[in-house]
Amino acid sequence: MIATLAFYLFAGLVILGAVATILSRNPVHSVLWLILAFFNAAGLFVLLGAEFLAMILVIVYVGAVAVLFLFVVMMLDVDFARLRAGFAKYLPLGVGLAVVLLTELLLVLGGGSFGVSAPAASHAPVVAGMTNTQALGSLIYTRYVFIFQAAGMVLLTAMVGAIVLTHRQRPGLRRQSMGAQTERTPATAVSTVHAPSGEGVTL
Amino acid sequence: MNWTAAFEDSFLGHDLGYLVGTLILILLIALPVMLGVAYAVLADRKVWASMQLRRGPNVVGPFGLLQTLADALKLFLKETIIPSGANTGVFLIAPMITFTLALIAWAVIPFDAGVVLADINVGLLYLFAVSSMGVYGIIMSGWASNSKYPFLGGLRSAAQMVSYEVSIGFVIVCVVLYSASFNLSDIVAAQKGMILGIGNGNILNPLLFPMAIVFFISALAETNRPPFDLPEAEAELVAGYQVEYSSMTFALFFLGEYANVLLMCALSSVLFLGGWLPPVNWAPLYLVPGFVWFMAKLFGMFFIFAWVKATVPRYRYDQLMRLGWKVFLPLSLVWVCVVSGWLVFTGHYA
Repeated sequence: MIATLAFYLFAGLVILGAVATILSRNPVHSVLWLILAFFNAAGLFVLLGAEFLAMILVIVYVGAVAVLFLFVVMMLDVDFARLRAGFAKYLPLGVGLAVVLLTELLLVLGGGSFGVSAPAASHAPVVAGMTNTQALGSLIYTRYVFIFQAAGMVLLTAMVGAIVLTHRQRPGLRRQSMGAQTERTPATAVSTVHAPSGEGVTL
Repeated sequence: MNWTAAFEDSFLGHDLGYLVGTLILILLIALPVMLGVAYAVLADRKVWASMQLRRGPNVVGPFGLLQTLADALKLFLKETIIPSGANTGVFLIAPMITFTLALIAWAVIPFDAGVVLADINVGLLYLFAVSSMGVYGIIMSGWASNSKYPFLGGLRSAAQMVSYEVSIGFVIVCVVLYSASFNLSDIVAAQKGMILGIGNGNILNPLLFPMAIVFFISALAETNRPPFDLPEAEAELVAGYQVEYSSMTFALFFLGEYANVLLMCALSSVLFLGGWLPPVNWAPLYLVPGFVWFMAKLFGMFFIFAWVKATVPRYRYDQLMRLGWKVFLPLSLVWVCVVSGWLVFTGHYA
């Protein structure tokens, strides 16, 4: 009973969060609703017995990716009137995307020749006597190790690319050298100069 | 141990009994944590005071023991002021998030062998997830206050916490490699008899000792404690993200912050100091209840937190970022390779 109640709570909040993400006028509110949706999706994962995935979802998406989202959106100076002005122009594109997604979902879930048959879908990835983490690890690092490594290489390439694109050498920048700063002593930094009256001092 | 079994067999039935039993257990953890926070604040102030040759709070109650309670009552009776330019909803939710996250993390902390509310097998990941969400309270309050100092504090805090989480993650991986489990009870059990069966605790292991240091410093940064308290640096940002908060909304931030500090102390005692195990693997020491050892380690860590606050000057922001990204991240990343290489080489998993 509790599991059922929890499912409806999480599922309801995912839908609420997703709808509110689209409907809120303030982009920061949108991101916050999106985070609520992420978080409740993690709750659904826990109910499915995929606790490792749930925690990783929270750590990676809620704890890191969404923070950067929020970071960027908070800094933007958004003109709400101009945002809404393009609504009619983009409407056909949006509806087209929605139709494509709906068709795909129906094809996958609705059975038929492309669908996942119901018994296969209900097989939860739970192996007896093995925790979720071990089961995932033993699969990823044996059978799918090349695909997994390839995915890692793609991410690495993206990271290097982002750094190369944004990094620029700025001339005239005075860099801090922490070693040199902490090595400074009064003997090297301060000098006593005797200044005779009526004359200047050359430093 | 199934603590809720008695309720499940009672007249309440299985489901309702489970719910009631769990609620009672939650209260049994949350209330002592809040009391512990109240006295941790006092202990903190007393420790700084004696390190600076002052007396500290000594007026309210004997030895100032009621000082925190008086402060709490004062805050409770004050008016909650919401700035007119603030984003009211987000402004009010932010302190609640900080406070709630600080409390729910205690669900997986093992206080003694088997004494844990939720003995889940991803306990450590759960703690990591909760602590990585802690940044939201601060960043939301910074934005919703619609004011310059809070905003700067929120931005600083977001960057700081995300940076140090990365190295905390790698430290956790090192510990998990040794214990081969994310379950906190298993991690403590795996620390028994560390050096040739003499000591208990990962910190005695020469391979994990550097990671214990990295974890402690990252924990300081993660909880916004000095010398990394840049989000609220009073000399530059007045009080950072807390500037616009008054009365109970401020109190929730304050309590949440200290509950997080205590949580980090609990986590370091579980990960590195051997949790409920006595420091030396010697039979008579096991006669002392594990709870006592755990609490002694927790408050010992808290003393070190207070010690650092009283003695170390605040970091400059660029130095903070340098330490996180250029020192700790490469170091902990290399250390994961070293530890896993050593464990495979010595046949730890065989």
